[in-house]
Amino acid sequence: MNEKYLYSLIAVIALFLVAYVGVEALGLQWLFGIIIPCLAIITFIVGFVMRVNDWARSPVPFRIPSTCGQQKSLPWIKHSKIDNPFSTGGVIIRMILEILLFRSLFRNTKCNMNEGARISYVWEKWLWLFSLAFHYSFLVVLVRHLRFFLEPVPVCFQILDKIDGFLQIGLPGVLISGVVLLAAVIFLLLRRIIISQVRYFSLAADFFPLFLIIGIAVSGIMMRYFIKVDIVGVKELTMGLVTFHPHIPEGIGAVFYVHVFFVSVLLAYFPFSKLMHLAGIFLSPTRNLPNNNRAYRHINPWNPKVKVHTYEEYEDDFREKMIEAGLPVDKEL
Amino acid sequence: MTEFKGLPTSDEYFSKIDFKPPKTGWMDTPTVIRDGMYCFPAKPKSVKTLDLPFPREWVPSDDDWKLPENWKEIILEGMKDRLERFRTFKVFMDICVRCGACADKCHFFIGTGDPKNMPVVRAELLRSVYRNDFTKAGKILGKIAGARELTVDVLKEWWYYFFQCSECRRCSVFCPYGIDMAEITIMGRELLNLVGLNIEWIGAPVAFCYKTGNHMGIQPHAFKDMMDFFTDEIEEVTGVRVEPQFNKKGADILFITPSGDIFGDPGTYTTMGYMLLHHYLKVKYGLDITWSTYASEGGNFGLFTSNEVMKRLNAKMYAEAKRLGVKWILGGECGHMWRVVNQYMATMNGPADFLEEPVNPITGTKFENAKDTKMVHIVEFTADLIKHGKLDLDPSRNDNLKVTFHDSCNPARGMGMFDEPRYIIKKVCKHFYDMPRNCIREQTFCCGSGSGLNASEDMELRLAGGLPRANAVKYVQEKHGVNMLSCICAIDRAVFPPLMEYWVPEVDVTGIHELVCNALIIPGEKEKTVNLRGEDIPNKDEMDPDEYFTRPDFPGR
Repeated sequence: MNEKYLYSLIAVIALFLVAYVGVEALGLQWLFGIIIPCLAIITFIVGFVMRVNDWARSPVPFRIPSTCGQQKSLPWIKHSKIDNPFSTGGVIIRMILEILLFRSLFRNTKCNMNEGARISYVWEKWLWLFSLAFHYSFLVVLVRHLRFFLEPVPVCFQILDKIDGFLQIGLPGVLISGVVLLAAVIFLLLRRIIISQVRYFSLAADFFPLFLIIGIAVSGIMMRYFIKVDIVGVKELTMGLVTFHPHIPEGIGAVFYVHVFFVSVLLAYFPFSKLMHLAGIFLSPTRNLPNNNRAYRHINPWNPKVKVHTYEEYEDDFREKMIEAGLPVDKEL
Repeated sequence: MTEFKGLPTSDEYFSKIDFKPPKTGWMDTPTVIRDGMYCFPAKPKSVKTLDLPFPREWVPSDDDWKLPENWKEIILEGMKDRLERFRTFKVFMDICVRCGACADKCHFFIGTGDPKNMPVVRAELLRSVYRNDFTKAGKILGKIAGARELTVDVLKEWWYYFFQCSECRRCSVFCPYGIDMAEITIMGRELLNLVGLNIEWIGAPVAFCYKTGNHMGIQPHAFKDMMDFFTDEIEEVTGVRVEPQFNKKGADILFITPSGDIFGDPGTYTTMGYMLLHHYLKVKYGLDITWSTYASEGGNFGLFTSNEVMKRLNAKMYAEAKRLGVKWILGGECGHMWRVVNQYMATMNGPADFLEEPVNPITGTKFENAKDTKMVHIVEFTADLIKHGKLDLDPSRNDNLKVTFHDSCNPARGMGMFDEPRYIIKKVCKHFYDMPRNCIREQTFCCGSGSGLNASEDMELRLAGGLPRANAVKYVQEKHGVNMLSCICAIDRAVFPPLMEYWVPEVDVTGIHELVCNALIIPGEKEKTVNLRGEDIPNKDEMDPDEYFTRPDFPGR
């Protein structure tokens, strides 16, 4: 077994044990239900803002978008306004497509070396599809959870729940988002383990969030369908948090605290990890700038003063030869 | 004929490529610096010319690279400095999720199967050190967090692999966050330069360009000599005596193109193409274009050294345009030159307020997209002329050619010039066949020798890196009988002939403006029987114009 995912798996199991033992054996509900979640949220917010701020402090000296379509040039040549934006509007659409639909990943191809020395490139949509499924189901799950922090629960959340559970299988009804989330995250994990190239460059830091999210999803699904927790007590606890009257109701099962602890760890881990790609994509200079450098000058705040070899120096070096060759000179011999 | 010493046949080479990575992790797999895969180190003389740090003789295969004593401090300081100056660097160090979408997009990975050539791993070579010295997670968790200490071996690995990236940006097209390996390689090379680790194939052109005005080190009188030679050649073929002008004050337009096209075949034919076009425009429309011997280089190997060196070399263009008092600048066919002109020039050396917003005086077209930089690509310029019917063309003169077009990396992904060259080719040739969609336009493959890697000692690297491109050419050769690979880059023209010879024999290489001037009917020309290369022009009378529509290889079929 590869040490990289072994470490990550052990870390997540250890986290589970910490929370489980902490609540079941030591009765540290306060710690796992209130203190740690609050610290995690503060860490997340402060860490997130600081990281983005740190990025933003570094200037963008050059306007270097990757151009993925026809430039704007002559009026009769069809300009690719989104893939090679010239205006801010084009950039915004490019960014929206990138952020909401993972447009660049959609292009993904797989290179095959075939018989007869032929190379082919086949459209590879699975990574794109499962990434999209993963992020959107995570988003839906997240939004669904807002019902725990709002009283009364707004109508829109109730509708979302209805849509999410439209399959109406079992009781309580299966919510699609949770299932899709788990399936997608397992796909992303298996892909890292099975594809030898991906395994080769994956780090422990790539497996850890996957195992953690699997932990979150599994503990959540367990609570909903198998080991029932006192849902009224949960809501009491969460409402206590958002109204700044923290309070631990009796008799919520330990699996709830495990779930919350996993989420807390994910939140606190977020700003220090690759998960910051969430914010990074907005600041990526190859995507968020128009390709209009020849029309509008981009300013580099630290544009260095440099030593150049002037024409005068050049002519001094070659004057005689230039005159001999009949080339015009500024200063005669 | 190029000799491919010590290399297997192309089929053997292909069958040896294996994408399966080794069992040991990349951090635990030592890098072996192998002959044929790297370029010779920069000579002290080249490094000294621009007062770059630590000029010395050193040998890559030696254990001792004669690094300055405090090399580690210099590199880490350099990283800190660059993290503060380049948002790209900082963001790209932090946000990669290692999804692997970039992995098999790199021509060097496809051609070598070396896993450290997967862009994600090549970036990790640098990122691992970044984590170790600049992030908390790396400091605390070390190797588990993907961090490793900067050692001499790490530095050597950087040098080996950052000079196995041609900064083509193909990976950045596929990256969901737009992480640009070129940008990371640029940073890596800047850092390496801080401790005097560069390659001579970049160091020498940079030094030459600084002193004599061009990469080839052609001095002004020799430059004129070469152009005189071309003038004679052109006269022999066309019967027309062209009169190129040099350093002429008060000309309308300053023309700048890479010196590689003046120095070696088949680029020289493209240069003759420019000369004929200039002559045609002068005779027909009175357009006054001048060359410069001082700004006699379009390319800029400074881009492959550091942003400061790039700026120092690029400064000549505006300085010369100002001195000569021209209206605007016209740039020739070149790859990385246009990345510099399009994405860096005005920022570095602008504003060019002493020039006029470029207008084509013959057609009246305003080049709106170049109104600040005041530099127009000759392909944009010629496409505009053709569209307005200002060139008399006889495309049948190119009937012996079945042409495909290679999108050079930089005009493709650092500019987006796709349809202008295709428009021109279709107007001057009757047989044009694009390569498959995944190998052209923004997904085009590098020639394998870009970013200063076009030396001869790294031929194996070049042939491996050029494989995906060559393989796509082979596809259109087999399918359509393509015999001519056209491109708009001087490095392409220099490196494709051996690449084609190895992988796709019988395919020749040309610039677009060679094709244009084969077809151009010049006032006062004699009955042409041969083209600029001295090859027979197909006899027009034997060709039935309708024949094309019935031929099986007619493009519309």
